[in-house]
Amino acid sequence: MVGSNISNIRNIITRNKRSEYIFGIVGLLAMLVGIITLFALIGDLIGDGLARLNWQFIISFPSSEPEEAGIFAAWVGTVSVMIVTAFAAIPLGIAAAIYLEEYAQKGWLSDLIEINVTNLAGVPSIIYGLLGLGIFVYGLKLDRSIASAGLTLALLILPVVIVATREALRAIPSNIREAAYACGASKWQMIWDHVLPYATGTILTGIIVALARAIGETAPLIVVGAVTFIASLPPSPITGEFPFISFQWLLDTFTVLPIQMFNWVDRPQEAFQVNAAAAGVVLIAMTLAMNAVAIYLRYRLRKNIKW
Amino acid sequence: MVSILDNQPNLNIKASVNYLNFYYGGKVHALKDISMPVYDKKVTALIGPSGCGKTTLLRCFNRMHDLYPGNKYRGEIALEPDGINLLGKQVDPIEVRMRVSMVFQRPNPFPKSIYENVAYGLRVRGETRKRVIDEKVEKALVGAALWEEVEDRLHDLGSNLSGGQQQRLCIARALATEPEIVLFDEPTSALDPIATASIEDLINELKGRVTILIVTHSMQQAARVSDYTAFMYLGEVIEFDRTEIIFNNPAKQQTSDYIAGRFG
Repeated sequence: MVGSNISNIRNIITRNKRSEYIFGIVGLLAMLVGIITLFALIGDLIGDGLARLNWQFIISFPSSEPEEAGIFAAWVGTVSVMIVTAFAAIPLGIAAAIYLEEYAQKGWLSDLIEINVTNLAGVPSIIYGLLGLGIFVYGLKLDRSIASAGLTLALLILPVVIVATREALRAIPSNIREAAYACGASKWQMIWDHVLPYATGTILTGIIVALARAIGETAPLIVVGAVTFIASLPPSPITGEFPFISFQWLLDTFTVLPIQMFNWVDRPQEAFQVNAAAAGVVLIAMTLAMNAVAIYLRYRLRKNIKW
Repeated sequence: MVSILDNQPNLNIKASVNYLNFYYGGKVHALKDISMPVYDKKVTALIGPSGCGKTTLLRCFNRMHDLYPGNKYRGEIALEPDGINLLGKQVDPIEVRMRVSMVFQRPNPFPKSIYENVAYGLRVRGETRKRVIDEKVEKALVGAALWEEVEDRLHDLGSNLSGGQQQRLCIARALATEPEIVLFDEPTSALDPIATASIEDLINELKGRVTILIVTHSMQQAARVSDYTAFMYLGEVIEFDRTEIIFNNPAKQQTSDYIAGRFG
């Protein structure tokens, strides 16, 4: 009796393990499809472009001669646009998230806003381009400028920043909030002294991932009016005369790395395709560098936080 | 119910609960017509089976229920000597929490340094003078019997301490602002027996200096640390008296059944 019982149990275990094994294989294959595709793409890009990647390429303006063309205007443009995007999206996104998560009365209205914010994150990016064209280029008369492009991308990533920040705020346990209140803290003191500092690592990670998405955006910037041929840099933000800081660069025309790539891919000459691949390597390097910063910050800021 | 206690010498009332009713989410009637005194510089224990409302009652004293929507109080808790009703709509809950501090069930130090944990209440009150804060932090840590263990590592993380030390850190945090009442919500339920004993010793030491209200699951703990005990059942205070009377000679059958372990 006991013997048959044990062999019965063993049969069941064998059967359970078999399905576990099968699922393991299926999962591994699924993972490999994704990862191999990614590595093939990156490998192909590097194989095509790495040879072209040199200092001259980094500091040259575009040219009709593929050997003389470079990405100076494009990467400076990308950095400038990203600065505008970050300065607009970070404070707006964090403030909106704090309001929604901590202050807003919970009810049908806040539910509606929540659903809409989440949906906004899924709106096709070209729609944001049209919005930016209407509001910034024509409405605010910022023209086809770095400011228009940066603000458009800020709108694009705002929902992502809001959602990521809300998640980070929500992850702060209620017993820590209660502890702050029990010390006599007001709501703002509780948020400023506790919730925000403890959530900073997660918030920053979310922001950087959002910015890494924005850095590769092309469609909305075409709509907003990126220029494909720029042979000069925007005016320097630091000037020789008082007040030493100039915001003139915000209103300059712009191009960004993906636009430059798009433009080169369009050319018939083989050498321009190589240029596009090289620019792609730079773009991927920038994105990976941002993700690395995100990982580092998350590690640094979360190291001291445990409940 | 106060009559038997009237002729106690040196007994001042720190707070009196009068016909307190409390509703969770406006619906669940969790506390029913509670009336009891809290004596000045004594330890009062709230005991009773799970769900009897003892923690709910405790959290009325610092308006913790205000943090969640829909909760409603009726009746009053008059805090002496000024007689202000802690539950009054015109009374700011922050003012209440500045006078009545709390130690929670699970140790919940902030993920900051030991020093900053204790100093937080002072900072919230706008204290910026380092000398004053240093002094009060030390005094609170001494008061919480933690000073000797942490004096040479005040800037280490509070959350790196052991569970019992963390809870004493939370007690120091609650004492630093010299509150009028300290609330303890089952302060030892997450601790091992040795840490529990040290917290109980501490409560016995604080007795006579500060008014303490403690919720406990353990009747032995109530007997060991408290001067007065309220036995609660289904949202009501069944019996309130000196602890030795509650444990040795309770007036109500329900109380003696609970004490004898026949239910709860």
